Amino acid sequence: MSMLNGVSYGLLLFMLSAGLTLIYSMMGVLNFAHTSFYMLGAYVGYSLGQWFGFWFALVLAPLLVGLLGAGFERFALRQVHRQGHVAELLITFGLSYVVLELVQLVWGRSALDYQVPAELQGPLFVLHGVAFPLYRAFMMLVAVGMFAALWWVLARTRIGWVIRAALSQPHMVEVLGHDLPRVQMLVFGGGCALAGLAGVIGGNTHVTEPGMALSIGALVFVVVVVGGVGSLLGAFLASLAIGILQTLAVGVDMSMLALLQSLGVPLPADRATGGLLALRLSQLAPVLPYAVMVVMLIVRPQGILGARQS
Amino acid sequence: MTVTTRSWRQTALRAGPWWLYGAAWLLAPLFFPSSFSLGLLSQIGIGIIVCLSYNILLGQGGMLSFGHAVYSGAGAYLAIHTLRLLADGWPVPVVLVPLAGGLAAVLLALVLGWVSTRKAGMPFAMITLGIGELVWAIALMAPSVFGGEVGISADRDARPALGSWTLGPALHLYALVAVYTLACTGLMYGFTRTPLGRLLNAARDNPQRLGFLGFDPRMVRYLAFSIAGGFAGVSGALTALQVEVVGADMLSSQRAGTYLLFTVLGGTSVFAGPVVGAVLMVFALAVFSAWTQAWLLYLGLGFGLVVMFMPGGIAGWFAAGGLRRAGWQLRSRPLDSLLVVLAAWMAATGWVAMVEMAYRLQLRAVMGERVDFFFWQLQAASATSWLLCGAAAVCGMFALARLLRAPAAVAPSNAAMERRT
Repeated sequence: MSMLNGVSYGLLLFMLSAGLTLIYSMMGVLNFAHTSFYMLGAYVGYSLGQWFGFWFALVLAPLLVGLLGAGFERFALRQVHRQGHVAELLITFGLSYVVLELVQLVWGRSALDYQVPAELQGPLFVLHGVAFPLYRAFMMLVAVGMFAALWWVLARTRIGWVIRAALSQPHMVEVLGHDLPRVQMLVFGGGCALAGLAGVIGGNTHVTEPGMALSIGALVFVVVVVGGVGSLLGAFLASLAIGILQTLAVGVDMSMLALLQSLGVPLPADRATGGLLALRLSQLAPVLPYAVMVVMLIVRPQGILGARQS
Repeated sequence: MTVTTRSWRQTALRAGPWWLYGAAWLLAPLFFPSSFSLGLLSQIGIGIIVCLSYNILLGQGGMLSFGHAVYSGAGAYLAIHTLRLLADGWPVPVVLVPLAGGLAAVLLALVLGWVSTRKAGMPFAMITLGIGELVWAIALMAPSVFGGEVGISADRDARPALGSWTLGPALHLYALVAVYTLACTGLMYGFTRTPLGRLLNAARDNPQRLGFLGFDPRMVRYLAFSIAGGFAGVSGALTALQVEVVGADMLSSQRAGTYLLFTVLGGTSVFAGPVVGAVLMVFALAVFSAWTQAWLLYLGLGFGLVVMFMPGGIAGWFAAGGLRRAGWQLRSRPLDSLLVVLAAWMAATGWVAMVEMAYRLQLRAVMGERVDFFFWQLQAASATSWLLCGAAAVCGMFALARLLRAPAAVAPSNAAMERRT
């Protein structure tokens, strides 16, 4: 059961890391504000949902967020392109401040009461007395659908061919008469729209508040590093692994001490009273993804499916 | 082979900025003797150390770190724990506490830097963010060591700092900060002239070439990372001495983001850039944030504009002759320049007024609806105020776009100016 919850959380992480990876491998831009677009998706989705209902919001909010992202690419990011990647990262870093403040300006500083729509409430099935929510299944469906659509666009459509060609041979693509800046704007807007979609469907199961961008932002970066920077499939595997790991750890109510003892590690009894060893595994859950990243960097710096270090 | 010899007079002249810098630290307490302004000055010194150390990474090494607060925080925590031990009767003078903080941060940077510097470029940024979050989460889990959100407090004048001299009064603390700031500034400037400092520039610009020359770029990054961490630790320890309480926010990624933001604003391309950035940082945090609720919004927008239009930051703009170019522009086309300034001012006031009114609407209960804006009074709920400000913003931006598109407004290069004069 918590396995399934983990998968659904992992798929949400993947929706975010997919857009980030796409933008990074296409443009070399590390979009620090990526989860800011996720936050915008949640807030815009909430407001549109109030007026037109959840289903309209599900379609409209990502489009709106994607448009905002494309506009940012056109009027700010493109201007600093020739200054190199550090400047590009810096301008998205500045954007994350601006988006955070604008969100607080428009929607206030406290958390929103963003509810799961009525038709998706309730359990899908009950297993061993534990209910699996219908909405989680819906989230997984959307994420898998998105992954399939993304693959179809990249592998089967003309614009997808241009995008993939521009990855490896940008100059040749330009020579062939394609407008490379426009393709990049499209990719950036598309990546932001994916983040917005994740915000609309993730904002109501997780909390919708001004701190949400920062709290998930670091996690998404970890996913990308563990999966291998620039690898879409690697990001997919890492998202699932970290989602499952974190959800499972929250469910385990066992202290580090007990864990070590059950593994047969002899420990002095006087240590049992306090300190780090008395922490429960569920309390350690927030640290686990970062610990995984550190271990990964030591053992295999290029990540699960990353290319050789250049 | 030519040997250049300089007279002592030339040497003294070349060191001009350093004389000014030292004199400023010596004379500042005469002009600002209140304990509040001495506190701000001490904060500026602490900020200068940490921003300069950050610039070793970003400006000199091309390493954009989101986790620099880990090392300043480590220095702060070690300092506060040392102070507590000193209160229990350890025979160590308090003036050495910042050195201990720096040492602790170097050790931590030697451990974490080994992992962080495995990658350069964008992956380095992601890794430092992850490690920053890791350390922060661990700090929140062990409140006995890190004090959680509340923090750990200690007393800086529980024991004499040196001989019978204590750190109690703000002026004494200022003196300690000034000495450390001058020493650290000098050391970090010296570092840029060492072979390692030059290799670091090479590792930023062309790591592959550096590898062919027989140096390991990763090792260069690693050593520079540890040194930068050490200086950050000194600044953190000085912070601990000043505020006498250290909480987990010392380690947070927001704090690291602040270092990044102001170092870039000040300028990463020249050595003095972070000094400018640190002064801005203290003014923004202490003064600007008291003026307006929306200061982070303006800060983010201003940061974006600096990244877009002043790639070298504020100090870099001056160093590249920006002032001279602006003066040339003003003299050759006075009317156009005036119109540009006017349009920019109009657009900015319009937007700022609208943002302020929006904040009043959002926080109506706390702040009321009136906005006192220079000599005008605006009502956040009145449509007239909104229309007026909106019109000013739109007209100003439109005029600015028209004026800047005119081809004659393009500034000539430095060389072209030289030929004219």
